[in-house]
Amino acid sequence: MTYLSPLIGLTLALIAGAIMFAVLGKPPLGALYAYFIEPVSEMWSVHELLIKAAPLILMGAGLCVCYQSNNWNIGAEGQMIMGGMAGSILPVLFPHFSGPFVLPLMLVMGVLGGMAYAAIPALLKTKFRTNEILTSLMLVYIAQLFLDWTVRGPWRNPEGMNFPETRRFDEFARIGEMIPADGRANYGFVIAIVVALLIWVLMAKTMKGFQVKVIGASPRAAKFAGFDAKKMVFFAFLLAGATAGLAGIVEVAGATGQLRPTISPGYGFTAIIVAFLGRLNPIGAIIAGLVLALTFLGGEAAQISLGVSDKVARVFQGLILFFVLACDTLILYRIRLVGSKVLQKGAA
Amino acid sequence: MGMAEAILLTIATAATPLLIAALGELVVERSGVLNLGVEGMMIMGAVGGFAAASLTGNPWIGVLVAILFGAVTSLAFAFLTLSLAANQVATGLALTILGLGLSGLIGEPFVGQAGVKLSNISIPILTDLPLLGPLLFGQDPIFYMSIALVIGVAWFLFKTRFGLTLRSIGDNHVSAHALGIPVLRYRYLAVMFGGACAGLAGGHLSLVYTPQWVENMSAGRGWIALALVVFASWRPARVLAGAYLFGAVSIGQLHAQALGVGVPSQLLTALPYIATIVVLVLISQNVRTTLINTPAMLGRAFVPER
Repeated sequence: MTYLSPLIGLTLALIAGAIMFAVLGKPPLGALYAYFIEPVSEMWSVHELLIKAAPLILMGAGLCVCYQSNNWNIGAEGQMIMGGMAGSILPVLFPHFSGPFVLPLMLVMGVLGGMAYAAIPALLKTKFRTNEILTSLMLVYIAQLFLDWTVRGPWRNPEGMNFPETRRFDEFARIGEMIPADGRANYGFVIAIVVALLIWVLMAKTMKGFQVKVIGASPRAAKFAGFDAKKMVFFAFLLAGATAGLAGIVEVAGATGQLRPTISPGYGFTAIIVAFLGRLNPIGAIIAGLVLALTFLGGEAAQISLGVSDKVARVFQGLILFFVLACDTLILYRIRLVGSKVLQKGAA
Repeated sequence: MGMAEAILLTIATAATPLLIAALGELVVERSGVLNLGVEGMMIMGAVGGFAAASLTGNPWIGVLVAILFGAVTSLAFAFLTLSLAANQVATGLALTILGLGLSGLIGEPFVGQAGVKLSNISIPILTDLPLLGPLLFGQDPIFYMSIALVIGVAWFLFKTRFGLTLRSIGDNHVSAHALGIPVLRYRYLAVMFGGACAGLAGGHLSLVYTPQWVENMSAGRGWIALALVVFASWRPARVLAGAYLFGAVSIGQLHAQALGVGVPSQLLTALPYIATIVVLVLISQNVRTTLINTPAMLGRAFVPER
């Protein structure tokens, strides 16, 4: 059931999606084909899929740890933005400081940026008992506005004819493309897979991973075992922040090559769906990340080939999360049909 | 009308959607359910209200449809968390994501259209009174609903038997169930009330505050409403105070932007979000009040044992 339920959820979401297309006046099956099959039938668009999947897998895997330990970090979007910005400091402000060592430094700074931003809700939660759901979300809005200001103001490209974007990164500050002849996909995808596997090892094979699960499943039992809940808050937030920051700099140094007023079409929120569709398992997040990347890609494709709005992508993502959560019930509970007579007897 | 009155009026207009949505969520949370989907229900109310009003030309039909959209959206949440006992935090997030997506899809044909505004009331003589006239007798109808809601919710929760029952469910659903109280039925109704309120709040945005449809026009107000409930430590009168405080902050930053003070506009726009964090930190200092007022079952699923 553990593996079956996300599949049932996905299927139900597809059926609901088919109904939605029918309501929009499109042939349901043809629309689903154009949405989910056509985009992966050509090599270059498979590359686009990998580009979109990289940040989703990275953040989804990080959030698995957060949610398993009952830390409701929903601000991955903000942590991704801050990671992207921190990682861009070198190529934007010191363009002449160039060489093969720049990219590794950028990745490290991106990770640190995401961690620093994720530390804020963790600190507020442990020190002041502030609800981390609300603070981490508010910090997303603040990060978006901060990026917007920075790119339009102090970091704007001096030779950019006043366009709101930073200078383009040079070769050394870019993540290389894997097979340039076929498409744009870069090594960011490989980084994402490796990180997700490492987090899986952490969760499945180490003491720390065990602590995460115990603290999430039963805070009381964790207390008896002597696990420090406050340290776990920091661990979970910093790990998720690190993956989000890495996702940010991978996106900036890989796909775009410069900072713009927005660097993410809501990857940080979609990553929440990735984590749940992957059943809070980092390897599950790899598959789920590819599926949700397909919803982004399919949205773009359907807009062109069917003339439906790209908003359909968001609807699909919401539907997937909804049905996956509904199907979780199948894992946790056994469905029994109870007649009303039995019910009355039981109540009496 | 003087400058001071004008500012007070705009503060009331900015505070009203926050107040209504927060009051609805307060009732939901008092019943022990945490619905994080306020933003999603609000935006659905906004798009439904706008669409209905501009199709019929009647803003009141817009108001009704906004309430209906909010309530129907909340039903999806209720079914998952109450009937299927799904995780409330995750389902609330799902509701927000779905609401933002669906509203964008529904609202697409209406982007850029001029809306229908729900006009302010006007009573001869009374509205023309200096200073208090426009404030007390010249606002939009939803403003008066919001004030009535504060009184109504406070009265319901603390002065009626149903309110007492609802609060007891929020504090211990197992005992309530043992007493024969239909826990899930109460919670369904509470969640739908919260949805209706969030829908009305959204309707206020698209029919009064800025009578047009813009994608994501709720801009985090649903989340601020959630924070207001915590800020108010689950007390209706304090929600009123909190909503007007936030209304004042957001209007203050708009005026500061208009005056062109030497601060980046982005920083001013961020002020309500920063204020939310600061206020949450300050309020959580007072551990005792928070603990006393927090519904003990908040966010926990109830599965009747048989």
